[in-house]
Amino acid sequence: MTETQAATAQTVAGTAIPPLLSVRGLRRTFAGLAAVDAVSFDVAPGEVVSIIGPNGSGKTTTLNLVTGAIPADAGEILLDGRRIDRLDPARIAEAGIARTFQNGRVFGALSVADNVAVGLHTTLRAGRPARRLSTWFLLRWIPLLAELAVALVPTRAARREQARIEAAVAAELDRFGQRLAPRRDDFAYTLSYANRRRTEIARALAPRPRLLVLDEPTAGMNPSETAEVLDQLLQLKAEGQAILLVEHKIDLVMTVSDRVVVIDGGRVISEGRPDAVRRDPLVAEAYLGRRRGKA
Amino acid sequence: MLDTLIAGLLHGNAYALVAVGISLIFGVTNVVNFAHMSVFGLGAMCAWFFIADLRWPFWATLAVVVAVTGLTGLLINLLVVRPLARYLPIAALLATYAVAQILDSVSQWVFGPRVRPFPEVLPTDDLHIGLMRFGTSDVVMLALTIAVMAALGLYLKFGKSGRAIRATSQDPEAALQMGIPVGRIQHLSFVIASALGGVAGVFVALYTGTVSPTSGATAGLTAFVAATLGGLGSIPGAVIGGFVLGVAEAFGVSLFGGSVDDIIMFAILILVLLVRPGGLLGRVPVLAPEPMTGTFLGRGRPIRLGRWGLVAVLAVGGVVIPVLGSRTFLTIGTQVLIYAIIGAGFTVTAGQSGVIALGQAGPIALGAYASALLALLAHWPFWVSLPVGGLVAAVGASVLGSALWRVKGHYISIATLGMGIVTVAILRVAEPLTRGVYGLYGIPTPHIGGLALDTPLAFYLIDFLVLVGTLAVVVRLRSSHLGRVMSAVGSDEVAAYASGIRVRDYKALAFAVSAFFAGVGGALLAHQYTYIDPDLFGLTMSLLVLTIVVLGGVNVPFGAVIGSIVLIGALEVFRVTPQLRVILYGLALILVVRFRPGGAWVRRA
Repeated sequence: MTETQAATAQTVAGTAIPPLLSVRGLRRTFAGLAAVDAVSFDVAPGEVVSIIGPNGSGKTTTLNLVTGAIPADAGEILLDGRRIDRLDPARIAEAGIARTFQNGRVFGALSVADNVAVGLHTTLRAGRPARRLSTWFLLRWIPLLAELAVALVPTRAARREQARIEAAVAAELDRFGQRLAPRRDDFAYTLSYANRRRTEIARALAPRPRLLVLDEPTAGMNPSETAEVLDQLLQLKAEGQAILLVEHKIDLVMTVSDRVVVIDGGRVISEGRPDAVRRDPLVAEAYLGRRRGKA
Repeated sequence: MLDTLIAGLLHGNAYALVAVGISLIFGVTNVVNFAHMSVFGLGAMCAWFFIADLRWPFWATLAVVVAVTGLTGLLINLLVVRPLARYLPIAALLATYAVAQILDSVSQWVFGPRVRPFPEVLPTDDLHIGLMRFGTSDVVMLALTIAVMAALGLYLKFGKSGRAIRATSQDPEAALQMGIPVGRIQHLSFVIASALGGVAGVFVALYTGTVSPTSGATAGLTAFVAATLGGLGSIPGAVIGGFVLGVAEAFGVSLFGGSVDDIIMFAILILVLLVRPGGLLGRVPVLAPEPMTGTFLGRGRPIRLGRWGLVAVLAVGGVVIPVLGSRTFLTIGTQVLIYAIIGAGFTVTAGQSGVIALGQAGPIALGAYASALLALLAHWPFWVSLPVGGLVAAVGASVLGSALWRVKGHYISIATLGMGIVTVAILRVAEPLTRGVYGLYGIPTPHIGGLALDTPLAFYLIDFLVLVGTLAVVVRLRSSHLGRVMSAVGSDEVAAYASGIRVRDYKALAFAVSAFFAGVGGALLAHQYTYIDPDLFGLTMSLLVLTIVVLGGVNVPFGAVIGSIVLIGALEVFRVTPQLRVILYGLALILVVRFRPGGAWVRRA
């Protein structure tokens, strides 16, 4: 057991809180190549865990597996002790995991505010009557038609809920100060790259997810924009938001993370507190290559 | 049994040749080329002309056919596909259909519309194996196809430009950066594909012994399905798809008769797409990188009418035109209004949920037949049968379409095309009820009390009110949370799914809403024509609806009104001939796409 793994075992043992997210022996192959292999890690409530690793090491695939975007070949994913690895992305979202994407996927045909409002879809009650039936064969038409009816002739409860949505959207946009609020009615396809990322983060945060999954939130951002995101992440962390983060900018990772998981070639090669991981020779090797003459 | 198999293989042979061309073109341009069907027909007619009329030898004729169809292909790409595909691939698809119609009518004009016997070039009945009889002609055809396919395969694998074609097909941008002249490669692909299509036309003419200028349409559609079945862009897939359909069709027809042809074909297509969403040999990435309609949705801001604009439009449409319009003008007006109803409803599917459905004629037909039959057989009043027609269309289209929503990308468009054709095929087969190809006549016109509403003015006013209602519902839906959710599905499926939206369900719901209004429009048509038959509801109608919506702006309900005024009204008022009309459709598309890619009623951003 390496020094860092020992450190991890201590922290997990020391906290004694059941993990929010628990990933065990996760595996996924693409045409015979194992993109993710035997990956295990935990995220405790309120904890910020970062996954780092060289390009092509399986970071984004791990996130896609956790959020159900692609199914796992083997392994278990538990949220609050409940298996979620067989669920579709919509049910995982309903279970409380919200995510952003590497290239910033916003809904181009919707305004910024509407993008965020769509993020609240899982929280709707009055607007989606009988939604418990929506996973049943054929019966799913009952909630669909009920939703259509309420959309055309809103009940009083649905109107109240709509007002609540508007308020939540405004609050979410305010998180980004003057960046998004002035553009709330602009179509998302007109946004700058950085603003697309902000809109995406706002959309993911709007439903108050139990776990926020961010895939390179600062990709393509300049240093001052990156610093802004860092502030926002620290703010979220202070609010107790659990975050699973994939990021290349090491300074940001070291500042914001409680724990760092390093993967290379689809396997976890190191895990622990940021400073410990930073000193791990295996990590340097993964990024920089093996020292010549060393076995 | 063996006879059927041989017949199937020979048909499949021709389908494969055409399908290879469709797949080749799709691979390098990402455009589904409907004009390919007509190139096929053109090949057959050309061959007939040179052999039967000019008495040229078969081999020289084949060379001429290759030259003529190859050149036609080049022109199609130069004049139509390339200018449009850059801005809006779906417009290129629609324009190729217009080209198909132009080619067919030119061919009819040059050669005359009759079906005529094709001369027997080689003996067709001189050989036998056991009890099975066939001709030298069949053997030569099969051998030629195999030779052509092998040559094409080797060329694509080892030829310099063949490899460039494959590279362009995989990634046009990377190919361009590697110094491959992508534009020329696209031209080349069109030439090769069209020449193959022409040769296939000759083969089918030889096999069936007859030709007519429109013979391309049926075989072309089958080949188009074959290309999809095999996986768009995959050449071996197209060959397999062609043979599979040829054989399946031969057995299907020998077992159940010719009328189930279309149903069998699309049933196979949908089954295959359910198991393999990218066709037999095609591949769909695990995670779609970008939604298909990403470049196409909502580029630009819809023009807002404003309160006074709305009042003005309502006043002109509801008062000025009814008071001043002549009977003819009002009759044209009813057509415009009905297509506007269908189009406005269709924006929910094509615009919001991003499904470019090519089979809207299906639900239109369901609504028309349902309302007409309820009025004829059960004597229901129009006011009841109209909404019920809409509901029948919504339920029927949802049942027939229920399997489609797992299918992705271009494939869903082709699956919906199949759904439209299957719907009409079912109506044709359900003869005791629908009177099949004879159609229904004497459909009663609306009444209020004892007053018959059978004048153009009355129809116009009814249609106008229904349109206003349709627009009110569609606009209200758009502004609701559900509307936003549907638009999210159309903008980016993967992100929508990750936000907790059950993408397929909302596509199905959007489709049902559109089908309802299509059914209402169909019912209005039925009661105003007082006569309907299955042929009214063909592919042309489906594509007309889509063209109207693309022209006005897929995401703009009011744009459908504009599109309908331009495409139905203007052309009708100026009494444009059908041939010229098709050219003007194409021209309108090109102009709109060039100057307002988001639609006529959308300001460029």
